[in-house]
Amino acid sequence: MSMSAKEYKQFAKNREPGRSVLSNCVRAFLAGGAICLIGQGVQEFYKAAFNMPTQKAGDPTVATMILLSVILTSLGVYDKIAQWAGAGSAVPVTGFANSMSSAAIEHRSEGLVLGVGANMFKLAGSVIVFGVVAAFFVGIAHWLFGGAGR
Amino acid sequence: MKQGERTWAFPNPPIILAAGTVVGPDEGEGPLSADFDLVHPDMELQQPSWEKAERALLEQATDIAISNAQLKKDDIEYFVGGDLLNQIISSTFAARTIGAPYIGVFGACSTSMETLALASLMVASGAGDKVLAGTSSHNCTVEKQFRYPTEYGSQKPPTAQYTVTGAGAAVVAREGDGPKVTAATIGKVVDLGIKDPFNMGAAMAPAAVDTIQAHLQDTGREPGYYDLIVTGDLAGVGHPIARELLLRNGVPLQQTTFNDCGLMIYDVAKQKVQAGGSGCACSAVVTYGHLLKRMKKGELKRILVAATGALLSPLSFQQGESIPCIAHAVSIEA
Repeated sequence: MSMSAKEYKQFAKNREPGRSVLSNCVRAFLAGGAICLIGQGVQEFYKAAFNMPTQKAGDPTVATMILLSVILTSLGVYDKIAQWAGAGSAVPVTGFANSMSSAAIEHRSEGLVLGVGANMFKLAGSVIVFGVVAAFFVGIAHWLFGGAGR
Repeated sequence: MKQGERTWAFPNPPIILAAGTVVGPDEGEGPLSADFDLVHPDMELQQPSWEKAERALLEQATDIAISNAQLKKDDIEYFVGGDLLNQIISSTFAARTIGAPYIGVFGACSTSMETLALASLMVASGAGDKVLAGTSSHNCTVEKQFRYPTEYGSQKPPTAQYTVTGAGAAVVAREGDGPKVTAATIGKVVDLGIKDPFNMGAAMAPAAVDTIQAHLQDTGREPGYYDLIVTGDLAGVGHPIARELLLRNGVPLQQTTFNDCGLMIYDVAKQKVQAGGSGCACSAVVTYGHLLKRMKKGELKRILVAATGALLSPLSFQQGESIPCIAHAVSIEA
């Protein structure tokens, strides 16, 4: 080859089809918003049907959204939504449920323990690890600056 | 037999007696559907795992190739196979079913032409009279091993490629009727520092250029010698790069038709395959299904297939390594 690695990287970069940040943002906004709107509808339903206060209705709402996500994952639909929606379907709780259930389905053929059990958190695990680490530091900051015990 | 730097020229060219191709539903929806021996309506093939489904694809393709050659399994003296899965389990397990002495090879997606080149070398050198070459890939086994669980919702960039579900096999023999393998050029590992596993076309393009140029130089041929030169699976991003590099290096590509199996197998504009097809089966089923049929019809007389492979592993890419690539070219003449 007549080109150095550095030259080629630039050469290839110039020929890469662009990713439309704007259209991806709009899609993520619409899809994420739609998921949250459905969640809000579910919450209103629990409030009206079971006479629950808003805070209490949150728990069954999250469970319902997780269930919906798992069903859509199992039917092979969620990944197709995600190709269009991008971050819009990845960020809400449904994305988390999808990452766990898709890994569980994928590794079922390797058995319940070493397959499903060991691989279920393959993608979601890092969210939990860094979530806990972040919560720890936020907690310390809150204790230092927000006043302890309150 | 050795010609130039790294080409095997076969003075008594081995014959491709027959081939067998099996594909999945997405390839069945593509423009080459009618050229495949068997199109499956689903990805599962009634198997309990993706890995078993891929194995079944290869077993079916080899069965079809053997019966199209009007041979029996026992007539096959050697089987040369390879695939993308860890420890090349698809071909190893298929070899268990075939029962012939087996050589397993790994060249990622270049395995299609790597196996054909080796089978041809074995026949040309007198090591065997009837050698079977075959390879397979399955979209879901590859997604599972190299990327994410198949049902995981992640957005693929436009540079990504869609792994072909399918398998292709060919029976190479010393005597008989069929297209001849006249030469094979073995690729070097080329790495120009591309690290993005979602842009393998750009990573592999320099390897294709290197091998095609070496082939032309070793054989003293011009591109116009061939009716068609195809690359394996460079697709929408890599193929134009390869074309540009070849032209830049002074290769008169305008003498011939230059195409890519990854762009031929799907209707890239309509099907959701991002930049196009990839995988061992991509160049295997396009060559053994579509191109050999066109040669039989007399539409093509001489073709050069440069199958490209990205030799990365999930581990190497996570450790931040760039993607080493290779291409093997085989010249097939009617």
